[in-house]
Amino acid sequence: MGHAPPVNKTDVEGENIQPMTATPEKEPHIIVKDLTMAYGDFVVMRDLTFTINRGDVFIIMGGSGCGKSTMMTILIGLKSPAKGQVFYGDEDFWGLDDDARDVIIRRAGVMYQSGALWSSMTLAENVSLPLETYTELTPAQIDEVVRLKMALVGLGGFEEFYPSEISGGMQKRAGIARAMALDPEILFFDEPSAGLDPVSARRLDDLIIELSESLRTTMVVVTHELASIFTIGTNSVFLDASKRTMTATGNPSELLAETKDPTLRLFLTRGEQS
Amino acid sequence: MARPAELQLDQPSPETLTVSLTGPWKLGKDIPSTDEVASKVDSLGRLQRIEVNGEQVTQWDSGLLIFLASLKKIAAEKKIALVNVGLPEGARRLLELAAAVPEKKDARKAEEKKTFLLHLGDETVDFFQSCGDLLEFVGETAVAFVKMLSGRAQFRRADLGLILESCSGQALPIVALISFLVGMILAFIGMIQLALFGAQIFVADLVGIAMVRLMAAIMTGIVMAGRTGGAFAAQLGTMQVNQEIDALKTLGISPMEYLVLPRMLGLALMMPLLALYANVMGVLGGAVVAIGNPDINMTQYYLQTVKAVGLWDLGIGLFSSVVFGVIVALSGCMRGMQCGRSASAVGDAATSAVVTAIVGIIVSTAIITIITSVLGI
Repeated sequence: MGHAPPVNKTDVEGENIQPMTATPEKEPHIIVKDLTMAYGDFVVMRDLTFTINRGDVFIIMGGSGCGKSTMMTILIGLKSPAKGQVFYGDEDFWGLDDDARDVIIRRAGVMYQSGALWSSMTLAENVSLPLETYTELTPAQIDEVVRLKMALVGLGGFEEFYPSEISGGMQKRAGIARAMALDPEILFFDEPSAGLDPVSARRLDDLIIELSESLRTTMVVVTHELASIFTIGTNSVFLDASKRTMTATGNPSELLAETKDPTLRLFLTRGEQS
Repeated sequence: MARPAELQLDQPSPETLTVSLTGPWKLGKDIPSTDEVASKVDSLGRLQRIEVNGEQVTQWDSGLLIFLASLKKIAAEKKIALVNVGLPEGARRLLELAAAVPEKKDARKAEEKKTFLLHLGDETVDFFQSCGDLLEFVGETAVAFVKMLSGRAQFRRADLGLILESCSGQALPIVALISFLVGMILAFIGMIQLALFGAQIFVADLVGIAMVRLMAAIMTGIVMAGRTGGAFAAQLGTMQVNQEIDALKTLGISPMEYLVLPRMLGLALMMPLLALYANVMGVLGGAVVAIGNPDINMTQYYLQTVKAVGLWDLGIGLFSSVVFGVIVALSGCMRGMQCGRSASAVGDAATSAVVTAIVGIIVSTAIITIITSVLGI
């Protein structure tokens, strides 16, 4: 078992890195240190070092193809990094064996871009599967938890629907209900607003904020939707595809106000100010 | 040892019931249910107010929320006011969130209980509907084929090449294995019976005629139904899920010409060649068993096979293989094109394609056998 490195500004290396603006009293939940992501010999991103604090709504942002989703797959244990470490608390995630890693990742819930609901199961069965697998709750208790989770995402009454019978936005919300089934410490969202109309996207953002504030769950959100970034994000990292590394980390609104990096400014202003 | 979650009921006044919660209210920690509260409420007739005190709750998760939601339901049913005192702020907000969107009661109507006659009627209608779909699909394929003959069909020659490769060379190992083993099995069974009459040499007739006239084509058809027909259905089904077929239609490209025609053509062209190859492998399988008998050698077996198997046998076998190829391609493509929009629908389409193809192969074999018997060939 490894130990987490101390968190301070000097952890973030590289001349273009913006200073971290996370409040110092916050407790680190996930620490990414000197990470390199690669597919074979092709390096997607290198020298990634940042901290996700407990209770943060942390945005992994960047242009299309910069490696945001790859970053998430590394954080949730689906892909190993080419180099570097990921610490969950003081545990070196990728230094652990598979079983120990499974125990850690079971404390997290993941909402995938398209919901990734199991199409042969009803929404209720989708939400109840993790509960049946990892808890000793009775069927009646599981039923109550399922109804609660579905109500939390505004899908009360749709328990017996199949994923193919509901809209894309509802599938995403059902995906959140499934991700929350085990009351995770961390929730990962991959492009939650992608493909949604503005009103649905805003409702989903409100849901994420409400869940974050009520449960104090750490939220890690992969997105490039500016409206969502500024609405929900309390902390973030910017992955620059052209430099193949991170160039800033901190509160998105503060980054917009303070950054001198033209690429980041272009991204955060939707290309309107260079 | 940590204190468990506990529930205490007090009645400070005849109209008020206080529900005090203490300890960790987390799922799987044996938390109290609302049954005790419900029975207490039932026993107190004049109750107007339930106060829930959560100041002593040390930890909470969905377990507390479920308890509170259930309590809220009890209070609503009895028309009693529910007042929260010192509940965790997060829990209170989540309860409000859960109640923000009312449950959609009529989202799913109860399943209609069908009588036997109703069920039978539905099945009959479905059967005729699917027969109609099949005829429509065959008709559209025929139109596409005619357009191809007149040089007006739109499909990529490269796709046809890939399908030809997939339906021929890549299928050879499995076709060889199955045919060789079927030839051996026929020879084994034949040898036992023919040995009773001292006529073991006629095993060459048995294996040769059975394989060339029927078995090679049938076995190749069944292998291709599982291997290629299922793949066709899965490919087209996945394209249906990803709206790739919609994209072709909106471009004005006929999916029947672009997707179905090359697959149909590929399989119909390659099946006779595969059947021919299966003939050779089946006869070889029979020969391996036969020459294990000291009275039969390879030359005898070969000469006996050549003498027994006629051109009509070969022709009928090859004709059958073309028919089977068309059936396998038709069922694979049809089920793929009819596929729904989910992953499980793709699986259903692949399964249905294989079943349809095998049933079609057996039925057409019976028809061909009857026709050839009537014609005396």
